Amino acid sequence: MADVNRGNRPLSPFMIGSVYRPQITSVMSILHRLTGIGIGLTGVLVVWWFLAASTSPYYFDFADGLLTSWIGNLILFLALVSLWYHFFNGIRHLFWDAGKGFELGQVRTTGIATAVAAGVMSIVTITIALWG
Amino acid sequence: MVEFALPKNSRVVTGKTWPRPEGATNVRAFRIYRWDPDTGENPRIDTYFVDLDTCGPMMLDALIKIKNEIDPTLTFRRSCREGICGSCAMNIDGINTLACIWGIDEVKGDVRIYPLPHMPVIKDLVPDLTHFYAQHASIKPWLETSTVTPEHEWRQSPEDRKKLDGLYECVMCACCSTSCPSYWWNGDRYLGPAALLHAYRWIIDSRDEATGERLDNLDDPFKLYRCHTIMNCAQTCPKHLNPAKAIAEIKMLMVERQM
Repeated sequence: MADVNRGNRPLSPFMIGSVYRPQITSVMSILHRLTGIGIGLTGVLVVWWFLAASTSPYYFDFADGLLTSWIGNLILFLALVSLWYHFFNGIRHLFWDAGKGFELGQVRTTGIATAVAAGVMSIVTITIALWG
Repeated sequence: MVEFALPKNSRVVTGKTWPRPEGATNVRAFRIYRWDPDTGENPRIDTYFVDLDTCGPMMLDALIKIKNEIDPTLTFRRSCREGICGSCAMNIDGINTLACIWGIDEVKGDVRIYPLPHMPVIKDLVPDLTHFYAQHASIKPWLETSTVTPEHEWRQSPEDRKKLDGLYECVMCACCSTSCPSYWWNGDRYLGPAALLHAYRWIIDSRDEATGERLDNLDDPFKLYRCHTIMNCAQTCPKHLNPAKAIAEIKMLMVERQM
C-alpha cells in the first residue's frame, strides 16, 4: 500500500525467542504446525514400509531394519506424540472456529490440557503396543 | 514471506554504555534499541543506568528521565502518559505494550526496550506506521448508511450498543498487529488483528448498513484468513481486548451468510 522503506530503514527485530517472548499461545501454535508437517512425513515413511513389504523380502528387511532400529523407533515415537498433540490441539482449533474458548484463561487451560492429554495418550498407546 | 533473520542493514550491534549515576544505590540498567537515520550505521543497543529512587514508576518515566538527563538524542513517541493515546507502544521485556502503563517493577533485571517488531524504523523506538494506518483506513472505519439520514441521531438499543464493548476501546497502538507472526510475514496483504478488530466493530454495529460490502471486502485468502489463531494479539493488548475473538466472529459470519 504505502512506501515504508524510504532511506533504507532497518527492519525492527522480531523473532520469537531472541526478541519476542515465547508464550504458551505462540509456542503451541508453532508446535501445531511442526507436528502437522512431522506426521505428514511419517505417513509417507509408513507407506514406504508397506510398499517395501509388497516388493520383495530383501527390500522389506532393509526398510524394516531401518524403521525398527533405535533411530527408527525414535522417529516413530516422536510421530506418535505429534499425532496425539495435533489431534487434541485440532479439537481446540475446532472450538475456536466455532467462536468458543477465546478468553486468555481458557486458552491457557485448554493449552495445558492438550499437552497433558497428548503425553498421557502417548504413554497409553506405547503401553498397549508393547504389552497389550 | 516467512523470514527468520533480519536483513543485513538491520542486524543489531552492541552500542555505547553510558556512565552510571554517581552516588545512586537503586540503579537499573536499560538496554535500548537505537538507530540514527543520519549516520547510515547499523542499529545498536545502548545501555543506560537509571537511578530508580529519583525516577517515576513507569517505563515511560525512565525513558523521559534518560532523554532529559543522560542522552537527549533518544527518540520515542509519547503523549498522554495514561494509556489512552497509544503513542508509546514498544517492545518491553519481550512483550509489546504501552510504556506509560507498564511498571518498571514488573520487569526483573535489565530492561530491554525495542521498537514494535518487524516494522521499518524511522529512528530509535519510532516505527513507521503508514502501512498500518492505510490498512485501518481500508476497512472504512466509519458509519456507512444508504437510508435517509434521520433528523436526529442514529438510534441504537442498549443491547446493540453493548455489542461494541470490547471493540471500541482500541487505541490503535499497533501492539497486537506487530506481535503477530502472520502479520510479520504477510503484513503486506494480511490486514492484521487491529484492522480486523475495527472491521468487526463496524460489521456488528446495528446502525451500519454496509455489512455485506464489508464482508465482501474481507473475503480474501490473505486479508482475513492469514489469522491462524496464534493469539499473540490478545496476550499483548494493553487495553485487554481480544482481536482473535473478533476475527473468529468475522470468519463465522462469512460461513453463516453462505448457508
